[in-house]
Amino acid sequence: MTVRLISERGTESADPAFTQEVLGASAAHLERCYQCQACSSGCAFAYIFDYAPHQLLRMVQLGLKDRVLESKTYWLCASCETCATRCPNDIEIVQIMDTLRHIAFREGYTKQTPLPLFHRTFLGGVKSYGKVFELMLILRYMLTSRDIFKLSELPNNMKMGFNMFSRGKLAVLPDKIKGRANIKRIFQQTEKKNG
Amino acid sequence: MAESKTLKYGYYPGCSLEATAKEYNESVRASAKLLDVELVELDDWNCCGASSGHCTDPELSLALPARNLAIAEKLGHDLALSCAACFLRFKQTNHDLRANDELRQRIEQIIDAPYQAKIEARHVLDIFAREVGLEKIQERVKKPLKGLKLAAYYGCYLVRPPKVTQLDDPENPMIMDNLLTTIGAEPVDWSHKVECCGGGLLLARTDVVVKLCNDLCQAALDAGAVALVTACPLCQANIELRQTIGVPAFYFSELLALSLGTSEKEFKSWMKRHIQNPVPALKAQNLI
Ligand code: SF4
Ligand code: SF4
Repeated sequence: MTVRLISERGTESADPAFTQEVLGASAAHLERCYQCQACSSGCAFAYIFDYAPHQLLRMVQLGLKDRVLESKTYWLCASCETCATRCPNDIEIVQIMDTLRHIAFREGYTKQTPLPLFHRTFLGGVKSYGKVFELMLILRYMLTSRDIFKLSELPNNMKMGFNMFSRGKLAVLPDKIKGRANIKRIFQQTEKKNG
Repeated sequence: MAESKTLKYGYYPGCSLEATAKEYNESVRASAKLLDVELVELDDWNCCGASSGHCTDPELSLALPARNLAIAEKLGHDLALSCAACFLRFKQTNHDLRANDELRQRIEQIIDAPYQAKIEARHVLDIFAREVGLEKIQERVKKPLKGLKLAAYYGCYLVRPPKVTQLDDPENPMIMDNLLTTIGAEPVDWSHKVECCGGGLLLARTDVVVKLCNDLCQAALDAGAVALVTACPLCQANIELRQTIGVPAFYFSELLALSLGTSEKEFKSWMKRHIQNPVPALKAQNLI
């Protein structure tokens, strides 16, 4: 079923099934939101979002699936839990952000920020070694995001790299756990379910 | 005189404590030893999945910590953690698995090991301050950190979400402040105790991390502190690597061990690993 909504963009289509999916997956009580904006007022990251948290939540309620999933907000949300701790209606806002990220991974809304790439790189390392190998994470991420080629950032990054190396803060070889087969199985089982 | 029973825990250092935060690991172990707490490192532990885990898949984010919890449960002890980010993942796992037995069984299947969710996950700060207790710590202080004005920084995951972490008040926690007072230091009353350091955006949005860490450091200075104190390797890394102000930061365990009489040589080996040099702040009070 598609519903047409009139908004500042003219008419746009709304998808009630999307709202239902988010409500159902997160048991987060989004229906209780009365737009008090306590969440957005305390969010230290809202200034880099395209929609403040309370706006994004309203858009989820309205079923504006594409607009929600194309936004940067839920990817840039740092899951700091400030909003959910302060929400007077006990709405699990981070659970909702998580659900949006899961749907976005599944349906491919992953291009608008570098965060999906970071998460994939991070978990790719865990899947291979069972632990985080920081040097590989940094290099892989910087290469694939092409951040390594940002010349303006080069002096900063080199300084940071030097600081970390000279103080023995970066291991040069990965530490692999023995139970890697077990870890691989954990990943496979959870990936299977996602298709 | 306090009884001398030994507290024993399984210990999960977490990935960061093996590389970027080695000095945190060493000082937690040194403090534990000085307080008769036995930490038995889990055999063949794995990464908890951190933020990337829960952003990607709910079951993955439970299964990765659960594999470690199952190892600890088999050992028969509660689990001690040093990293605040890991701590929340483990607490969340216990919280969710206890609320839903079907889910618990499904996770057992995924990790291919039994896990009853009967053991607790505890942060070492909580173990030192509440299980060992401030009284016993006070009795053992050899070098009170007199005159050292510090901003106790909790960040997010020690205290939020409060119903999961169950550690302290989410807006004005005091557990670390009280510990610092016990070892003779002077925690300041300040505004940014539970603000976020930028956490997982370290690599993806360094501009944000720089801003948030500078805000933290400035707020600490404004309140009269000479250094921040953390209980998390990610907060510490963000603060030390990304601020542009030059405020040092200690791991709480470094200061605890110093006050309990760890050797100066060992303590200095930790200080050498800091990027913002904390030594002048200590020298100013004749503490080293
Ligand atoms: S704090 Fe809670 S009720 Fe208020 S706008 Fe945010 S989500 Fe809605
Ligand atoms: S959890 Fe996300 S939305 Fe909520 S305050 Fe933190 S960054 Fe903002």
